[in-house]
Amino acid sequence: MSNLKKLTDQHKKMLIIGILCILLPPILTSLGLLQGYFQYIINITGVYMIVAVGLNLLLGYTGQISIGHAAFLAIGAFTSALLVMKLGINFWIAVPLAGLVSAVIGMILGLPALRLHGHYLAIATLGFGVAITQIMSNMELFGGYSGLMPPGPTVFGQEVWLDYNLFGHFISGDLVKYYVVLIFVGLTFLVAANIIKTRTGRAFMAIRDSEIAAMAMGVNISKYKVISFGLSAFFTGIAGGLFGHIVGFISPTDFHLGLSLNFFAMIVIGGMGSLRGAVYGAIFMNIIPELFSGVQHLPTVLMGAAIILVTLFLPGGIVTLESKTLMIFRKLKGQLSKRSVG
Amino acid sequence: MVFSFANLSQQVISGLATGSIYALGAFGLVLIFKTMDTVNFAQGKMAMVTAFVAWTCMNRFHMPYYLAFIVAVAFGALLGIFIERVFLRPVQGSSPLTLIIITLGLVMILEGVAGWIFGFDTKNYPVAVKGDPLTVLTAKISPHNLLIIIVTLVIMAGIYLFFKYTMAGIAIRATAQDITTSYLMGINVSRIFSTTWAVSAILGAIAGILIAPVSFLSTTMMDEVQLKAFSAAVLGGFTSLGGAVVGGLLLGVLENLVAGYISPEFKTSFAFGLIILVLWVKPSGLLGTVQRKKV
Repeated sequence: MSNLKKLTDQHKKMLIIGILCILLPPILTSLGLLQGYFQYIINITGVYMIVAVGLNLLLGYTGQISIGHAAFLAIGAFTSALLVMKLGINFWIAVPLAGLVSAVIGMILGLPALRLHGHYLAIATLGFGVAITQIMSNMELFGGYSGLMPPGPTVFGQEVWLDYNLFGHFISGDLVKYYVVLIFVGLTFLVAANIIKTRTGRAFMAIRDSEIAAMAMGVNISKYKVISFGLSAFFTGIAGGLFGHIVGFISPTDFHLGLSLNFFAMIVIGGMGSLRGAVYGAIFMNIIPELFSGVQHLPTVLMGAAIILVTLFLPGGIVTLESKTLMIFRKLKGQLSKRSVG
Repeated sequence: MVFSFANLSQQVISGLATGSIYALGAFGLVLIFKTMDTVNFAQGKMAMVTAFVAWTCMNRFHMPYYLAFIVAVAFGALLGIFIERVFLRPVQGSSPLTLIIITLGLVMILEGVAGWIFGFDTKNYPVAVKGDPLTVLTAKISPHNLLIIIVTLVIMAGIYLFFKYTMAGIAIRATAQDITTSYLMGINVSRIFSTTWAVSAILGAIAGILIAPVSFLSTTMMDEVQLKAFSAAVLGGFTSLGGAVVGGLLLGVLENLVAGYISPEFKTSFAFGLIILVLWVKPSGLLGTVQRKKV
């Protein structure tokens, strides 16, 4: 009991958000407000949130640029798909393994990246991103241009991605996918939020703020940069594994440069160095194309314009609007109470 | 593939033609990097837009090839000046990350706008000179490829003379060395920035129009060339204009040799592997100088 009393406001907020995430979708579905396609978009948004957390650890917290992160998504997606399809490994083991494979490759990329800064790092990661997908397209193992079709997960040998009829309530396969994604998203945020608070997280931020100052304070720059690359690739790889099984079809050409650019934009728009920013960024990235789906080219233009505008006028990203609106509310409240007193 | 001199010279000559395109692109990248400390990720998309302008001039307004070429290059110069003025000027001197974000944003905007105006299907583009392949040193070369090499050599010679002997050229070099001192010496630095972007955009435009018959017109036509230009600039040294040319030509030849003697599938991956390898082993490139970070 004493532990429960220690719940801070922060924890209470998290608990409420968690419960809402679990309960809202089925309620909305039964009210007919959540259609199949929209549920699918929410699922993909969840996957991208994991990518956003991973990329934000590298870009926002460690200050290392990557514009090749779609490659890690591809590595995760194909590793998990091949483990399930070729070796018959269970989905629940294959996805974390995909994260690990991606992490190892991320750390290998981190090694040459140690010597690179700013523009050079951007060019190197760009080259890495394009090279990986091109090598994959040329290899028979990855299905070439026709791609692979990863199956859904099983529990005790039973397919899970199915439509159910539970006590007269219809539960769609997309809703089941949602809960699988939710488990991974929840774990990702839990792990990331804790890493940031540890010595490792503080080392990341020290490197971001000033590499030379960090070095002078005794932070092992090389070690933590490689760890940052590895962690970032780990989360993105897990997201990739999920992505493959949820979409049900992956081809190396899906993970093109444009996707890497979108990931980069997602972090900038949502807010660098903020986990909540990752949430906003992923939502923004997925909602914009849906809102303007009638005009084919507009979403790209809007994403591009958004990162420029955010950089020029809102350097902290969308997440800074949170405290700004809160401040406006408080001011209004203060004025109201003053008036009532006066 | 059988190894023979004829074969080798064939690979080298056709490598020089594509290498010239990379050299043009790399030169534009290095020029902007040296003067403004900015890597222009949008260069390829800018070149793509100008190639589409040239296509529109020919097909919509029925201009002859060379008139369309001139109009498009002029448009490219204006586009370069416009982009520098509107997007880069406000963030001049910011952190690399900010500059990268701005040019990547431009990549997305230009791609979307070009797709919106010109559509996403690929279009054909004519070659500058038609005719049977010519024979040079036992190797065959199409007149268009020969033109690419000649145009590049002439442009590079022209730019060399421009930097060496004209006031504007000397002013650009001075600005590249030290912006503050250039201000104090009475150089109009903002005009230098505009000129730099215009020159760089012109080089990109020429590269775009010359490669168009091979790559076909599409919104992504310059993506690979742009990446190869990065690769070339890194190989030659991002701080050396001469290095960009050497890097471009060398990359064109090397990747052709890889394609011819190892495997065509490695051709593209090779260029990107080279970026990482060079940056790992010798980040300053073949001809570049080491830059130290100030505290």
